[in-house]
Amino acid sequence: MKILVAIKQVPARDSQLKIASSGRWIAEDDLTYEINEPDAYALEAGLQLKEKHGGEVVALCLGPSRAAPTIREALAKGADRAIHIEAEDPGAYDPLQAARLMAAALGAKAPDLVLTGLQSDDLGYGQTGPILAELLGLPHATLIMEVEKHEGGIRVKRELEDGWFQHVEMPLPALLSIQSGISKLRYATLMGIKRAKTKEVRRLTPAELGGGGESAASIHLDRVYLPQRAKHTQLFEGNPQEAAAQLVEKLRFEARVI
Amino acid sequence: MSILVVMEQRGGVWNRMSFETLAAAQQLAAELNTTASAVVLGQGIEVLASELAGKQLARLYLVEHELLKEYTPDAYTSALRQLLAQAPYDYVLLPHTYQVRDFLPKLATALGTVAVSDVVAHRVEAGAVVLVRQLFQGKVNSDVTFTGAAPHFASLQAGAYRADQVREGSLVVEKFTPAMAAGDVRTRPLERFRESARAVDLSAAELIVAVGRGIKEADNIPLIQELANAMGAELAASRPICDAGWLPMERQVGSSGQTVGPKLYVAIGISGAIQHLVGMKGSRTIVAINKDPNAPIFEVADYGIVGDLFQVVPALIEAFKKAK
Repeated sequence: MKILVAIKQVPARDSQLKIASSGRWIAEDDLTYEINEPDAYALEAGLQLKEKHGGEVVALCLGPSRAAPTIREALAKGADRAIHIEAEDPGAYDPLQAARLMAAALGAKAPDLVLTGLQSDDLGYGQTGPILAELLGLPHATLIMEVEKHEGGIRVKRELEDGWFQHVEMPLPALLSIQSGISKLRYATLMGIKRAKTKEVRRLTPAELGGGGESAASIHLDRVYLPQRAKHTQLFEGNPQEAAAQLVEKLRFEARVI
Repeated sequence: MSILVVMEQRGGVWNRMSFETLAAAQQLAAELNTTASAVVLGQGIEVLASELAGKQLARLYLVEHELLKEYTPDAYTSALRQLLAQAPYDYVLLPHTYQVRDFLPKLATALGTVAVSDVVAHRVEAGAVVLVRQLFQGKVNSDVTFTGAAPHFASLQAGAYRADQVREGSLVVEKFTPAMAAGDVRTRPLERFRESARAVDLSAAELIVAVGRGIKEADNIPLIQELANAMGAELAASRPICDAGWLPMERQVGSSGQTVGPKLYVAIGISGAIQHLVGMKGSRTIVAINKDPNAPIFEVADYGIVGDLFQVVPALIEAFKKAK
């Protein structure tokens, strides 16, 4: 089974974010980057399917040159090769334009299964999977917890709201967006890291892929800003004992909830 | 200028978020000096349509087909495409449910456009709609505008608008039957199921202590359990803690877990991603303990301590014991 996994590099989860002076994006200096966590689970699902059924796993990343270590990490974990669409300002593309670039990078050789994470931790549109499915003409399902391959297709377990699940069957080729936490993530082994250095990373530019701009952008991110607090939060400072005592005092005599 | 709301039902039961979206559409219609219309898709759901006929709407479409009985992205996309071809709308609003997240990007792509997902607020500036959505799990907000051709799709986050503000009215249901064949639907949905009966009903708890990623490792969970014991509270967690197996899934609060509304909710080491907030922001009093003063959890918190939970929690355990 030929499996393609779309991965994205995003600022590390515990980053303290500041707004750039342009007001159009966050300040990127001093940030550390990592693989988008939902994509790490998509990669893990892809690697497990390959181990069970054979084939290859290809990592596809649209991102600036700083995404190279994230791609290497995917290769070190076991992806066989990678495609890097190098775009220094990926934020310039809306989700449809970005997905068009990704679809163009696949060319005529569509994989049997395309996996994406549920959503990105930065923009969080949560749309790349279903958009790619429509562009590639594939059936799809989102929020997937399990994938089983059987004769003539796959059977997946899809998460619904409020603790409900549903099995869905579909033929291959197909696209799945994978829910986070479906299995334990593996670490790259020393051998894996060594091997990754010799694995193929095909670099493409948006221009080579037709620019992604069959059409102009449909939506525009005008500005970003820190949210205004909806509530006035009373913060307790000082040493932990004092803060804890003040908090309990307030909960008893002001909020009267204990 | 015209607005359409896509209402969501399953098996003849409304997804209540639909009425929040309906209220938002009526509000936007008033601001744009236009009207809101609504559509509901399914099979054998005339009762739901007649309920909607009592709302203030310009038009109401009942889209029925055997292939819409069970949700599939192919059938929903096809049916809505056909309806929009016959009855074009400038704005199409949907609740940001798991189902909408599944088919809306596909529908928008089929029409050559992009939906703005997970919207928390809007405003109208010089006749143009500006949508507010959150980035970086709620740490940053953004303003987004539509730059392409209509229809402009947006899905609205749970709790962003108030369902009790839906205005009443009266109108006639219009039936629409899309042309679809079984071969058009490529996925086959099977029975819905639940993993196991829930042993813990967090929705009934008066006091809840919830733990998130900040706890770092499984071995530290007993510290939070000790706090819960000292308070007489139920222990709960954000999704990553349950995903890691450090606490059972039935203790998860958030969009994929339980929705709670206790008297007191103490969030420890939880940054406050949207998916968690929707499950607990109805709590009467919220306390947040987090090392990051900019964590979104502080936006909903009444009281907070910015600091290292490994120092604050032992101090809290002592303080609660003393208060007894």
